[in-house]
Amino acid sequence: MNDITPATLKHVERPARPGGMSNALVFGWRAILKFKHVPEQLFDLIMTPIMFTLLFTFVFGGALAGSTDNYLQFFLPGILVQTVVFNSVYSGMGLSTDLGKGLFERFRSLPIWPLAPFAGLMVGDVLRHFIAGSIILAIGLMLGYRAEAGVFGVIGAFLLLFAVGFGFGWVFILMGLLIRTPMTVMTIGFTLIFPLVFASNIMVEPETMPDWLRAFVDHNPISFITTALRGLMGGGVTFQQILLALIAPVLLTVVLAPASLVAYRRK
Amino acid sequence: MNSPDTTDPRGTAALAISARGLVKTFGKLQAVAGIDLDVPRGMIFAVLGPNGAGKTTLIRMLATLIAPDEGKATVMGHDLRDEADAVRSSIALTGQFASLDEDLTGRENLLLLARLWGFRGRQATGRARDLLEAFNLSDAANKQVKDYSGGMRRRLDIAASLIVTPGVLFLDEPTTGLDPVARQGVWRMIRDLARSGVTILLTTQYLEEADQLAARIAVIDRGRKIAEGTSRELKATIGSGFLHVALGDASDIDRASALLEAKLGHPPKRNVEGGALSIMADTPKAANEAVAALMADGIAVTDFSMGTPSLDEVFFALTGDPAEPEKEQAS
Repeated sequence: MNDITPATLKHVERPARPGGMSNALVFGWRAILKFKHVPEQLFDLIMTPIMFTLLFTFVFGGALAGSTDNYLQFFLPGILVQTVVFNSVYSGMGLSTDLGKGLFERFRSLPIWPLAPFAGLMVGDVLRHFIAGSIILAIGLMLGYRAEAGVFGVIGAFLLLFAVGFGFGWVFILMGLLIRTPMTVMTIGFTLIFPLVFASNIMVEPETMPDWLRAFVDHNPISFITTALRGLMGGGVTFQQILLALIAPVLLTVVLAPASLVAYRRK
Repeated sequence: MNSPDTTDPRGTAALAISARGLVKTFGKLQAVAGIDLDVPRGMIFAVLGPNGAGKTTLIRMLATLIAPDEGKATVMGHDLRDEADAVRSSIALTGQFASLDEDLTGRENLLLLARLWGFRGRQATGRARDLLEAFNLSDAANKQVKDYSGGMRRRLDIAASLIVTPGVLFLDEPTTGLDPVARQGVWRMIRDLARSGVTILLTTQYLEEADQLAARIAVIDRGRKIAEGTSRELKATIGSGFLHVALGDASDIDRASALLEAKLGHPPKRNVEGGALSIMADTPKAANEAVAALMADGIAVTDFSMGTPSLDEVFFALTGDPAEPEKEQAS
């Protein structure tokens, strides 16, 4: 082993302090590197939505909507919502994994914007949502889905999906901060998400449901989001639908982002 | 040692770390129970103690990772509580467990930190390259850290602490789990760093490590500081020296032990392997006479020597427990 060369030990002064946004982008870069080094994570992200798409379209589609084509047209925007919400669990798991190791100790002993690591997680999330969403959409198009609102509708839909992923991401970031084992984060996460996703209008319209359930489905934030997304992709979306869809993501961010910061500081 | 031995701190300006009455309690366990610490600038200072003595808690408090329940401290002149961000700007911490991203390569880990510190573009890549070179990691620069050996991780981890030259470098058990060769390498690195003017506070459970590296040593046990000084001062606190005697016939041990105790007036300590004794001797003359008495009594002495006590013996004398040998202790 070499001695340290004196040249390296020359006193290195700290450069001008970078802004919070710059810190966040560095963490985002880390998230992107993770895709490069751990590409298998993508497999986890898209297998479930692909299975759901194929299963529901071909097994239940005909019975639910008269024909598989009709059902795909109805179901595809919903499965995009489901994918984004399911996938937001992963950033919480990743955070819980990072915290279990010494990595965050170093981040916390650096003079950086304290929220930067989370912002970086969010960048990774957006990327994940974009990749998974694109793959699902591509498969849908191959199976015969048509986005009647065209390219701008699809772009609008993806922007809404990012907002949804951002908002729901805080739930799991907070859980990642509070729960020590990544597996528990996943288990609790899915326990919360499953009823929310299934008792919504993602898979079927609620007309045939009992009144009490229908009341829940009609006020489920996932239903608002799905309705807005159908409107965006299929045409005919209203301003009010988009506002309703944004309530949950905005509320979650306003309440949980500060809560996450407190939990992080207290650790 | 390499560092200036400032036994008399000249006010807090000359101190890298000054702590008074630090206390940290976890539930019912008082991990740190009121510790004062003065570390002069530019010194290698060792905090020595067995597992669970409170070393890591102490270092985490000084590195702003946890807030002390009581007491106050300044690090490089900044108050730990009120100026935490200024403290963070002047320190670096290498924790007990490698704080690296296992999925990224060595180079990417350093780049990540260089960019967080505010280096841009070529400056950042240059900083990463220099550190990889200095720590002999250039060949492994593009390998993922999960494929690194223990010694390589430690080196990368320390390199990651030097992106910006810190005023104080905290090293929490820097050689735990390393093989003897890697340990020597880390020691050399620590000495080189201290020579460049960085103050180093390291924790260790290896007496040899503290003895080898540190200008001053604080001995910590059960959350309290039980002694502090240079390694020579600590050894001097328990008498001028130790007489070590090896017997030709192990069955003579009881007789030899009784005789030495009568002659020197201290309790002898038996070597674990048997057939050898260590006993405190107030003067070399007394030691000489004691050995002569053994021989006169017909006890075969194959070897004897007079030495200053090892830090192991100091630790034993201070805590009443034998220094706990780590299962992985290799050297």
